[in-house]
Amino acid sequence: MADADSIVLPLARAPGAAAAGGKGASLGELVRAGIPVPPGFVVTTDAFAAAMAGNDPGGELRAGIEASDAADLPGLARAAARTRDAIIAGPLPARTAAAIRDAYASLRDAPVAVRSSATMEDSAAASFAGLQDTYLGIQGTEAVLDAVRRCWASLYNDESVAYRRRLGLPEGALSMAVVVQLMVAPRSAGVMFTRSPVSGDRSVVAIEGTWGLGSALVAGDVTPDSFVISKITGEITARRVSAKAVTHQLRAVRVVAPPGDGAAAGVAVADTPAELRERACLSDGEIRALAAVARRVEGHYGSPQDIEWAVLDGDAPEAERVVLLQSRPETVWAARDAAASGPLAAPKARPADHVLSLFAKPQPR
Amino acid sequence: MADDAVEQGPLAGETAAGFPLPSQIADVPGAEGWRDMYQYFTRFQPADDQRFWFYNSMHFPEPVPAFDTITSEVPYQAIGANTARLFVFPTTLGIEHRIVNGRVYITANPVLDPAEIERRAAEFGPRAAHYFEHWDELYEGWKDRLRALIADVEAIEVPQLPEWEDAEAVFSARGVAQNHYLREGFQKCVTLYSTMWHHHTEMLMLGYGAYVVFFQFCTQAFPEISDQTVARMVAGIDVIMYRPDDELRRLARLAVELGLDEEFTEGRRAAVVLAALAERGEAGARWLAEFEKARDPWFNVSTGDGFYHHHLSWNDDLTVPFTALPGYVAAVKAGTLKDRPTRHLQAERERIATGYRDLLASEEEKAAFDQMLGLCRLVFPFVEDHKFYCEHQFTTLFFRKVKEFGALLARQGVLAEADDIFHLHHTEVDLALADVMLAWAAGSPPLGGTRFPAIVAERKRMLAVLKDWSPPPALGPVPEALNDPAVRMLWGVTQERIEQWLHPSADEMRGVAASPGVVEGIARVLHDVNEIGQLREGEVLVCPVTAPSWAPVFAKIKAAVSDIGGAMSHAAIVAREYGMPAVVGTGDATKRIRTGDKIRVDGDRGTVRILA
Repeated sequence: MADADSIVLPLARAPGAAAAGGKGASLGELVRAGIPVPPGFVVTTDAFAAAMAGNDPGGELRAGIEASDAADLPGLARAAARTRDAIIAGPLPARTAAAIRDAYASLRDAPVAVRSSATMEDSAAASFAGLQDTYLGIQGTEAVLDAVRRCWASLYNDESVAYRRRLGLPEGALSMAVVVQLMVAPRSAGVMFTRSPVSGDRSVVAIEGTWGLGSALVAGDVTPDSFVISKITGEITARRVSAKAVTHQLRAVRVVAPPGDGAAAGVAVADTPAELRERACLSDGEIRALAAVARRVEGHYGSPQDIEWAVLDGDAPEAERVVLLQSRPETVWAARDAAASGPLAAPKARPADHVLSLFAKPQPR
Repeated sequence: MADDAVEQGPLAGETAAGFPLPSQIADVPGAEGWRDMYQYFTRFQPADDQRFWFYNSMHFPEPVPAFDTITSEVPYQAIGANTARLFVFPTTLGIEHRIVNGRVYITANPVLDPAEIERRAAEFGPRAAHYFEHWDELYEGWKDRLRALIADVEAIEVPQLPEWEDAEAVFSARGVAQNHYLREGFQKCVTLYSTMWHHHTEMLMLGYGAYVVFFQFCTQAFPEISDQTVARMVAGIDVIMYRPDDELRRLARLAVELGLDEEFTEGRRAAVVLAALAERGEAGARWLAEFEKARDPWFNVSTGDGFYHHHLSWNDDLTVPFTALPGYVAAVKAGTLKDRPTRHLQAERERIATGYRDLLASEEEKAAFDQMLGLCRLVFPFVEDHKFYCEHQFTTLFFRKVKEFGALLARQGVLAEADDIFHLHHTEVDLALADVMLAWAAGSPPLGGTRFPAIVAERKRMLAVLKDWSPPPALGPVPEALNDPAVRMLWGVTQERIEQWLHPSADEMRGVAASPGVVEGIARVLHDVNEIGQLREGEVLVCPVTAPSWAPVFAKIKAAVSDIGGAMSHAAIVAREYGMPAVVGTGDATKRIRTGDKIRVDGDRGTVRILA
């Protein structure tokens, strides 16, 4: 049986991905690296294991899923639903519930984001992660406890289960952590890459953002503003300001909405005020502050990163208003680099040979 | 010169397929006789419709007077010889030029056949390598040759054609009378000018080649790197083109030191200031002595780029330096006149280069980067400094000498005034001089007086008419390849630029992002640096092209926009020095923007927008 200390841990003490999930482990690493991250805690896989020991004591529910035929979608869906229902309806072990209560109390009953933090480490993990639930704007202990159960349950949503069966992955070893993190109400938010997603250029930070919560951007509800800033010179080399018709704002909820519109429940979608619509959601100073944090994170991990960020309102200096919500390795260009045939150029016997070889072939237009 | 060759048709405008064809360009009404000013070999031919041409507004922003065609004829003869025949560049022959309605269009002749490229590459390799390997040593020799040329052109004597020769001519058995030296002297001018241009291109095209190599590698490794950032890694810090402006700052300091500062007030003309200083005793004399020292050679800086006789040097017209001096003097007194922050610039250059180098993926790439950057920095002192020797110092003296021949022709009654010589082609000057040689010998007046004044008057009239014509940025079909390093680097003609020429935006001008930052301000359109007096503090300069002599202007403005230029053009370099936004190579900003317009200059994106 897990001891209390391994069930719930503050982000600063979040363990590795096996216990804290990818998201939880990465946030913990960011906090320890001194990167500003909203406070929160991780409900570890030990808590999941303890809960499942009560919800599916003999493992029959999970065995039922594993025994289902990947092609029998209705059958799979029934097996998945049985498992989800058991998790959502099942009581939390007392020690787990108490640990979450205590941890949440330290956030002073504020609205939080409750996010699934998957442990799967196969190459499809990234796309897989998108299938698991995130609950925004959750407020109150009971709602948080409910949201944690629903995150666990989302491990058994129809798409995830079907996906695992197609790949023949085992159900027994499956686990999930949950991150509970203070919900910020940012002035603007979005994503950024420490290399250009368009060209792969490692000398720039590419930022996309919109007013309010970043969920508007992730959900595709707005065309974000986009900025490109050079890591070396600090010049903002590209700047596209879009008409951002809607804004997502935090709307705290004390009851977790049923699955289906769960993710949207803590978010209010409103028309963006006319005077803000075509205004850049970031000042040049904020762009520079974001780029500076992005460089620190990239330097910490030693590889290009894909980062979710938020910029808070207020009069504090830009650098003090930036928080990161997530950072993970950039994968698309990393894969292309790995597949590339060799260096772009190699030293030659004499420097002048570079000129000679340039002019020895037709020039590109 | 008779009208031949070009078939006339209506100006069709830019079609969806491309630019108007040369044959579709109509004569400007009122200047139908423009061909009379230019030689037959500058005319568009029917076959030229098959090729891509672009308007070289960088060097020829206005209609070219007849004599000034020498500044296209001779340079293109020298550049092409260098790339096509001397170094045998594998992928490019030379640059051809044509004149239509007084404007110079150019095209580069690419080599496209792989077998031919290979054959040429075998010749190019050892020749180019020789220069790169001995660059510094060759550059030292080059400077000596240029200094000798400058001395030679200065030493040419224009015969005075006295009533009779000194007796000494007889007693020393010279045997040759002065009229003979008329032709010899003038032809020596033209010959030395050609020699200068051959030396101008001697090392320049290789220098551009080294830059293009580095540039291409940087844009491959860092696809979003800006042109200006590549330029900043390479650009020299102690560039002699900054020296004229540095001299002005020195003179401003000296004026304050000597207690002469009240003589330098805004709007006071050079002659008045100089006369006043002459009355200021020893202090005045000291300043004037330092002023004379600065003038030679540093004031031999053209207010253009040396391509027009009327782009006078500071020495020929002291307006620019004496417009700048009061501001510098005031800044010295206020303690705000700063020297160029060379140490900071040096540190920045290293920081940027190291920053990019560190981001390269492999040690091999880093080693290649070091080689390419090292080669660029080896050649760049030449690339940056040659202009002072060639376009400025030599050319200033060349035009001044030609004008002395003009003065002689005026005294002989062939021309109304000395400057009129610049409205005759150099071969016509030869004819006029032959006439004078005969007439002086025969003891009768030259017949040119009945011929040339009318021709000159008509040409001046036509040039005034042609000045208002808006030349299309390019002519003919879009090219298959842009192989010439100069075309890409100097003129900034890339596929992207061609696209912008084809699809101009109504309220936004696109150019090269030359120096970062975004500002809004009131535009001041200056066509000539001598109009610098109109400029008010904090305005945005909009100009056809800037030359080093414009440097003092930058102390007053908050952004710069030019019609022509690339990331390495003068406006770009100086704007980066001053840390102000600049967009160069907009094509037609001086035509679309009016003085007083409120504009936004976005030096990050390379755009200029008229706001109100």
